[in-house]
Amino acid sequence: MGAAIPFQHQQSAHCESGVVAGLLRGQGFPLSEAMVFGLGAAIAFAYLGIVKINEMPLISYRMPPRFILRRLRKLLHLPLRVEKFRSPDEGERRLDELVARGTLVGVQSSVFFLPYIPVNMRFHFNAHNLLVYGREGDEYLISDPVFEAPTRSSVPDLTQARFARGVLAPKGLLYYVDGPIVATDVARLIPGALKSACRVMLQPLLPFIGVRGIRLLARKVHKVTRNAPLPFAQRYVGHVVRMQEEIGTGGGGFRFLYGAFLQEAGTLLGNTSLQSLALDMVATGDLWRDFAYDAARMSKGRLALDGALLASQLNNIAEREASLFRAVRAVSRG
Amino acid sequence: MRVEDVPQEGNATLDGQRKGMYAVGKDGRIALVPSRGWEAEELVTTAAVEHFETLAQEALQRVRTGAAGALEYFMYARRLDPPTLAQASGVWRWRLKRHLRQPFASIPEPLQQRYAAVLGIPRAQLLEFRAEKTDA
Repeated sequence: MGAAIPFQHQQSAHCESGVVAGLLRGQGFPLSEAMVFGLGAAIAFAYLGIVKINEMPLISYRMPPRFILRRLRKLLHLPLRVEKFRSPDEGERRLDELVARGTLVGVQSSVFFLPYIPVNMRFHFNAHNLLVYGREGDEYLISDPVFEAPTRSSVPDLTQARFARGVLAPKGLLYYVDGPIVATDVARLIPGALKSACRVMLQPLLPFIGVRGIRLLARKVHKVTRNAPLPFAQRYVGHVVRMQEEIGTGGGGFRFLYGAFLQEAGTLLGNTSLQSLALDMVATGDLWRDFAYDAARMSKGRLALDGALLASQLNNIAEREASLFRAVRAVSRG
Repeated sequence: MRVEDVPQEGNATLDGQRKGMYAVGKDGRIALVPSRGWEAEELVTTAAVEHFETLAQEALQRVRTGAAGALEYFMYARRLDPPTLAQASGVWRWRLKRHLRQPFASIPEPLQQRYAAVLGIPRAQLLEFRAEKTDA
């Protein structure tokens, strides 16, 4: 086997939006990563205390995995096929078959088993996405949008990563666009996507979602730093930063990415207030990074642990994001 | 963030790779810029790696005294904790807890296979493992 599809690799900030943009590009329907992320209304915040990762709460800065994929499939009426498998053999055979046929395939995998990922970044995170665009001998040709250049993985390594078990187990999940994409006027889809994102960020019901979730995180950080023993509190604060910076693209990263979308949307619609909101969005990303910088140093003991300071930074971010998304909502209502 | 503020500190955990970040250029346009990473991320990533290394070393001590089996050591060495390993291998948590204390050889064979597969370590290696032999 020596099949490779002519495909232009492009780096992106986030794996899922990057893979979906890649699949669309492969079908001659180029949309930027930011547009994919924005139309997917993937910006969010969630503090899930019941879901534990190494005894720590799950904190997410975006919608759950596959949200973008599902939303874009619906919005663009994509002829998307999604397949899962019972056994690794079956999943491997199917992937080979598709690749041999010249299909560009999106694949969900664990990060831990992928040989091209730097060793210190390999943790058991099962919802990474990448594209397979060919196979040469015993290797798959991979376009992992998080990295700068296309890369490779041995067949057994990728199969193991595709069939890792545990939380969000991929079960060999693969997806591909089966057939031509009908051209859609993307600009018309923007107001709905903005509304959807605002609905999540500004929802008033659940205390752990959206802006309310950020305020909850502020309270939790304050409480843990006040009550827990120092090593645990430091690890907790470090964990918050890790969830933000390393897993996926980071809280700051998603804010920058959404800012890029607002800007592009503003240009497309000829709406100057969206364009200035884009820069405000980037500014909240900067606040997230300031928070991460202080928190990371406190978690390593390079700076005295100051829960009150971290909480006030988070509350300030919550305030800013609340008014920002209210302004976005006003724009989306026209 | 402006393009010129995109961190290029050479975060060691990235191993020379560059991540994409969106930043505002001179013309006011937000575009993707490759970043070599920054201190905050490096600090927390190495802290997380070190945390697992410490847990693995502590487990190794217990393996030496016979208070734990090889499984506990390799679990932490592979950056897993009990809930994650239990889920990934499809074993109840209380049962795993018992298996962590036992010598690996006394775990039922089909389960040895499953643990070995999740850890990505050949079963024979887990069976042969003797705590004294490693230079820890």
